[in-house]
This record gives sequence, structure tokens and C-alpha cells, in this order.
Amino acid sequence: MNSLKKIFDRDTWDEIFESISKNRTRTIITSIGVFWGIFIYIALAGSATGLENGFDDAFSGLSKNSMGVWVQRTSIPYKGFEEGRYPVFKLNDVDYLKNRVPEIQYIAPGLQAGAFSGSPPLVVRGLKSDNFNVFGNFPVYAKISVINIFDGGRYINDDDIKYERKVAVIGEGTQERLFNVGEDPIGKYIRINDVNFMVVGVTKFTEGSGFGSDSDITIPYTTFAKIYNRGDQFGFMFISGYEYVNPNYLEETVLSTLKVMKTVSPEDDRAFGTFNIGSLFESIIKFTRGMVFLSLVVGIATIFAGVIGIGNIMLIAVKERTNELGIRRALGATPGEVKVQIVLESVFLTIVAGIIGITVGAFLLFVINIGTSGLEDFPFTNPTVPLTIVFGAFITMITLGTLIGLIPAERAVSIKPIEALREE
Amino acid sequence: MIEIKNLHKSYEIGASSLHVLKGIDFSVEDGDLVAIMGSSGSGKSTLLNILGMLDTSDTGTYDLDKIRIADMDEKKAANYRNKFLGFVFQSFNLINYKNALENVALPLYYQGVSRKERQKTALNFLDKVGLKDWADHLPSELSGGQKQRVAIARALASNPKVLLADEPTGALDSKTSLEVMALIQKINNEGKTILVVTHEHDIAKMCKRIVHLKDGVIVEDKKIKQNVIKNV
Repeated sequence: MNSLKKIFDRDTWDEIFESISKNRTRTIITSIGVFWGIFIYIALAGSATGLENGFDDAFSGLSKNSMGVWVQRTSIPYKGFEEGRYPVFKLNDVDYLKNRVPEIQYIAPGLQAGAFSGSPPLVVRGLKSDNFNVFGNFPVYAKISVINIFDGGRYINDDDIKYERKVAVIGEGTQERLFNVGEDPIGKYIRINDVNFMVVGVTKFTEGSGFGSDSDITIPYTTFAKIYNRGDQFGFMFISGYEYVNPNYLEETVLSTLKVMKTVSPEDDRAFGTFNIGSLFESIIKFTRGMVFLSLVVGIATIFAGVIGIGNIMLIAVKERTNELGIRRALGATPGEVKVQIVLESVFLTIVAGIIGITVGAFLLFVINIGTSGLEDFPFTNPTVPLTIVFGAFITMITLGTLIGLIPAERAVSIKPIEALREE
Repeated sequence: MIEIKNLHKSYEIGASSLHVLKGIDFSVEDGDLVAIMGSSGSGKSTLLNILGMLDTSDTGTYDLDKIRIADMDEKKAANYRNKFLGFVFQSFNLINYKNALENVALPLYYQGVSRKERQKTALNFLDKVGLKDWADHLPSELSGGQKQRVAIARALASNPKVLLADEPTGALDSKTSLEVMALIQKINNEGKTILVVTHEHDIAKMCKRIVHLKDGVIVEDKKIKQNVIKNV
């Protein structure tokens, strides 16, 4: 009990500070191991978080559990229908599908010229012309795929659909190729397949948003259907589920429902094509989780190695200090007091080295964050380490530091004072 | 002050055992200054270590100021050493990273004396050995004689009942040896009981009594006329 009380005694700490500060080389060498361990751990864990955040950012342009589905040819004869048939989506299928699959939040039917369907039409403005993919979309599309419009413009709205207006939202690449530098395209006209459209908005292109390019042109769905004579038929829809919905479940349910609706064999995997952002996203999440786990394992292992290093050097230090400890015991230090001093020295060094490691690690992450914040191609944002993990590492360190300190402490008192005094 | 009866001690060396002390009967009066002499291997250091509770005996009794010293664990022994005994070693055994004052204050630290009190007492004892002005010097900055005087101040700081000196002049030249022995005589004259282990006859003659050890037994124990050192 008496020796435990010593932990809170100012004199004990004075003794420890003295012993630590007057044996500088030993102190520094001892601390480097733990410093390095916690530093690596913080840097790794922070980087893993940064990567995770970076991917999050890169995919922020998309609803994470969204999918696309389009018609292809059937490959299995079913209920009297021959194989090789093209199923067709109709506009009233949208509400029907939504009612049958309550997990669906939004459905955006889409029409294309170019891209998956025929060749991209010629678009002319004045003396400039080029071929661009043209899409016919509903405003709801913007709720599934996040669309950023430059100031002063807008996306397709409900009135555009209702009145079948000839308006177009163009990509920034389209603007570059059809308009002069510095010219404001809003309110100007472009000719798509000899029909004039007024530009109402320019979209900012977001990398990794998965769909289209920077040069797509979007016009109201109804206008598109009328010009290209599509009636109420379409071939592609973009679907997003509510946030809680598992993307793979959504994909399966939508497909099986569509097969029933369109009288397609349940075994026919070729009748519809799909892509699933969610499953893509899931594999990335798994990857980053793996990174976090790896950093945890490597970090803990490094801290472990560092603390063992402290124990090692404390053992050497005890050997080196045999004479000093012998003197202390001849002068009346009890074995408990000697042990407490050695263990506290070990713990204190661990803590100080740990704090420095955490600080330097955090500073490194700060520098990396500044260095990468401008880079769009590099998915790395806000590399932080949760406080719980920092505390966890800290507690681990202190525990290990205490346990490892007990070994040299035990060694120190196992030598009889008389033998310790003989040692020079 | 010290009462020893029929003390035996042997060391195991491999298969054989070395009988170092073969029945020592020995007592020391309060205020005595005893020289323990003997050639190397006579058992004089072993006796001193047992007296200093740094080692234990196999059989026999040891009373220090009427307290029976027996069956002690390390903790109790440490407390007794701290309270009852002061040590002076041949190789000084100062802690090299502590200055003179801190070295002298160390036994007081283990007694639980407050910092202020420690500093004051330590400085007093440094003054007593004539090294007040050297209080903040490290041992490496002191001469051999000064180091031993610091060691003596440290041994006195806890106000022990007995001072045990193991070859206190063994590492010093003759002039410095005289200085140190003069200091020991002075302390003895103030009433402190002191035991000095030495193999030098002229050092022994500066004590009040000489005990001769040979092959683990006391062969001679006589009071002598003390050679008092003057004008050092």
C-alpha cells in the first residue's frame, strides 16, 4: 500500500523526472520505439479514413443504392412467346412497378439518341457543329443522379414536360464546343436534328458519377418522345431505393417483378440489362473496411513492438543502474519503492512518447489533407482518427507499458543490495 | 549498541560450501569507534554486511540497540537500514547524476521527510563535512576526498544509530585519508557509534578499539590508545 501511495507523491515524480532528464540518450532511444508505433498507427488509421471519405465524396453524385435497367432480347421461349423478342417499357409501367416494389423511392424513365440507342444526332449552333448524345428525361432524374447546374441556369422542370417545351440542358463540354469562350449560352438556341432548342442550363460534370459524359444534352422527356415518335414506350429507367434498402435486394426484386410484368421466363437472364451502383459501392466499402482493419492490425503490432522496445531498454537500463539501485536500497529504499519507480518511468516514457506520436501523426494527416484537398483525381478527404481509437491505442500503450515495465522492475529488486553495490 | 552471539555464515559455491564466519561473538558499546581488521578472505566484509542488514546470517543472533534483527523481509530490512544505519563505502557509491546536496538528501527522501526539510538538513550535514559551497556540484566535479565526505554526510543525514564504513580510505591518498579519518573521529567524538573495516594499520590505530578477524573467527579484540589526528 505504501508503495502504491508513492504514485501520487510529488517527490516520486521528481525522482522520475530527474532520472529521465539526466539520462537523456537512454530516454530518447527508449521513447522512439513507442513514438514510431503510435505515429504509424495514427497515420495509417487516418489515411484509411481519408480514403473512405474520399470514396464517399467521389460517389456523392449518386444515390448509393441506385440502379439502371434496360430492355434487351429474350433468350428463352415463355408462355407461347418465341425467344428473341424485345420487351418494351411503357410509361404506365412506372407507377405499376413502383406500387409493386415499395422499396423504390424514385423511377426516372429515360430516352436516348446516341449512347445505347443509334448514333448521336448532329447538333449545330451557328458555324459550329458536333455530334452529341441526347437524352430525354423527367425532372425526377435529378433526384437520383445529383445534377449540378452552373449559376443562372436550371434543369428540366415539370412545365417543360407538360408543355413539351423545346429547351435543353447542356454539359460543360457541349458549351465548350458549341459556344465561344466567355459567351453565356443561357437563352441561346442550338439545333438538334434541325429542331431549335433553347439552352436553359449548363451542367457541371462530376467525376465518377457513373453516367454519361461532360457533353450530354438533356431535353424534356415528352419533347423527346414527340420528336422521335416514341409514343409511351421507352427502353431505359433509372431507379433508386430508399436509403435503408439493400441494393442487391432492390435489383433482384425489380428484375423479378419486371419479368412477371413483361411475361418473361424467370430463368431468362438476358431479357433485361442492369447495372447496380450499390454493389459497386459495396465492394469499395469492403475495400476501405479492409484498409481500416489492416491499419488497426499493423498499428497495434507496431505499438506492441514499440512498447517491447521500451521494456528491452529498461532492462538494459536496470542493468546499467544496478549500482545506483543498490545504493538506493542501502539507503533505505524498499523493493516496492524501487519497483514503483522503474514501472512509473516506463509508463511515463510510454505516455510522453505516445502523446508526441499522436501529435506528430495528426500533424502529418493535417499536411496530407492540405496537400490533397485540391486534387480531384485522388479520392482522399478529411483524414481523421476517431477519438475512441486514439484513446484505445493510448490505453493499450499504458497497459503494455506497465506490464513490460514490471519485468525490469522485478529484475531490479531480484538482485541483492549487497551484490548491486559491488557492481561498478 | 551492537550485540552479536555465535554468528555463522557460509556461502554455497557450486557443490562445496565456504564457511566464512565461524561463530562470532562480538559487542559494541555506545559511542565506540571500532576498527575491524583482517586480511582479504578473513570475513570482515561479510560481518559488516550482516551488521548492515545487507546480508543475512545462517545461525546466531544479532541485536541492534536491543532490537532483535531476525527473519526480516526486504521491506523491513530497508526500513531498518534507513532508520538505524549509515553506510560509507570504499568506492563512495554516490549517485552520479545527483549533485552533492541531492545525494545527501536521498536517505531523508526514503524516510518521507518533506522536501524543504530535506534540503535544510542535507545542507546542514554538508556544512558539517565542510562542503557547503559544493552543494550543487555533481560527484564527477568533486575530488576523491570530497566525494567521501559527501558520502559521510549522506550516511549521517538520517541520524543513524551506527555508522558502518567499509574501507573508507581505500581509494584515497594518505593525506586525504587523514582528512576523512579526522572527520570520522570528530563525528565519533560527538557520540556516534562507528565501525570501520580496514586493512591498514595506521588507519586502525586512529580508532579506539581493534578487532582482528582471521579465517572467520575473532583472534584478537583489544582497546587501544587512540591516535588522535590534529591539524589536518
